[in-house]
Amino acid sequence: MLRYFGLHRDNLVDAMRRLRAQPFATLLTVLVIAIALALPAGLRVLVSNLGTLSGGWQSAADFTVYFKLEVPTDRARALAREIAARPDVASVQFIDRGTALEDFRAHSGFGTALDALEGNPLPDALVIRPASGAAGNVEGVAAAIRKLPETDLVQLDTQWVGRLRAMLALSVRIVDLATVLLALGVAIVIGNTIRLEIQNRSAEIEVTKLVGGTDGFIRRPFLYLGLCYGLAGAILAYLLILATLAILKSPVSNLAALYDSQFALAGPSWRETGVLLAGGALLGWAGAGLATARHLRAVEPR
Amino acid sequence: MIRFENVHKRYDGGREALAGVTFNIERGELAFLTGPSGAGKSTVLRLIALIDRPTRGTVLVNDQNTARIPRRRIPRFRQRLGVVFQDHKLLYDRSVYDNVALPLVIAGASRREIDKRVRAALDQVGLLGRETHPPITLSTGEQQRVGIARALAPRPDVLIADEPTGNLDPDLSAEIMQLFARFNEVGVTLLIATHDLELIESMPHRRLKLVAGRIESDSPGAH
Repeated sequence: MLRYFGLHRDNLVDAMRRLRAQPFATLLTVLVIAIALALPAGLRVLVSNLGTLSGGWQSAADFTVYFKLEVPTDRARALAREIAARPDVASVQFIDRGTALEDFRAHSGFGTALDALEGNPLPDALVIRPASGAAGNVEGVAAAIRKLPETDLVQLDTQWVGRLRAMLALSVRIVDLATVLLALGVAIVIGNTIRLEIQNRSAEIEVTKLVGGTDGFIRRPFLYLGLCYGLAGAILAYLLILATLAILKSPVSNLAALYDSQFALAGPSWRETGVLLAGGALLGWAGAGLATARHLRAVEPR
Repeated sequence: MIRFENVHKRYDGGREALAGVTFNIERGELAFLTGPSGAGKSTVLRLIALIDRPTRGTVLVNDQNTARIPRRRIPRFRQRLGVVFQDHKLLYDRSVYDNVALPLVIAGASRREIDKRVRAALDQVGLLGRETHPPITLSTGEQQRVGIARALAPRPDVLIADEPTGNLDPDLSAEIMQLFARFNEVGVTLLIATHDLELIESMPHRRLKLVAGRIESDSPGAH
């Protein structure tokens, strides 16, 4: 058993030595792999950031109810309590028409225009936050309130959130597809590199076969080489993503500040990093596996 | 130990390399396979090492019918067979030590065992102390001896050699042949293909003469 692990360790050490022996060629190959891995992984990080951002817009599920002008404020208050008692409503904020007018006068800049009007043109209003915040639920609550005779207008701001979520879901799917294609690309690049390596080392393979090397024994160094390529590519991809995030950090926080948001770009999570590194290594192994299965048999002693 | 029964070998081009070869080499015997180039000496050795399969007839090595060895079992079969090549077939990106150690590593020997056997094999061919050298820095004769050490290191029962002295001058050739004779004295079965009759003239071992794919003469050893 120990011997077995010793052989594997030797293979790994040998693979790393071979990569180091040709730094430029290795760097080029690893760079190609890294870019192909960084694209889907980076997009994934971006999409998950957008997801966090849209998740922060829970309040966007809130909607506003305007009562008819002739509804007395006491009645409106009573309705507010009734609505607040509904199980599918999380909270209700009552905005009485007097406060609304004060606010409007203070913030809108139409103060003098309002003075010209007779009385208060603003109705009592409610800001309602549905219980779960889920888009489907919002519609149900809104419909129920719309049916009340006292209701003048229900203003739903959630449609664009729904659209954004749908777009995010679509982009997640597109990133999934890109991931599959680029992963395939990585496996092929590594497979091709290993194929060339097999050609370069055909003398060694032939001699090894002649002195009784099993297919497994001959294949293993190439599998480890593929593994090293994949892992090195994944590590470089990780660094590329970190660098990109570092470059985007300050413009993003500037933009966020303009929107009064505390949003900051998050780097890849531990899980995402783990998947990237393991995925890279696995793709390298698989690519090498394909190449060896296909090409090792061709090298027979002559 | 090595037994050919009416063996034919026809290559893809239609050339008949062996046309009914029959012989038997006993355990512990040393036999020379002679004959002009193109007579089929290499083919005989290729059939023994399972590099090729006979078109017809039976090849038995170590009481094992080689026709019954499937492809995936060939490596294990070759691990018990020592093969020496005319062109050494050394790996030039590795040290002498690593070249000789290769079959032992393949067989899964422990580090200590490998170390012991590599040194013993190099000692037998007179190259102890050259372990760390790359083969390219050695002379042709020394490289051939590294190849022989590699074939010997796993202590095979049977050793076959294809023109092992083909590229060597007469003195070195005689030295190599003496080396093989010494292995034979400790019980290794050897079959050595050579076209150099002068070289083996003084040696008292059995000679199989192959001409045009047939055994033309089989002269027993002198002892």
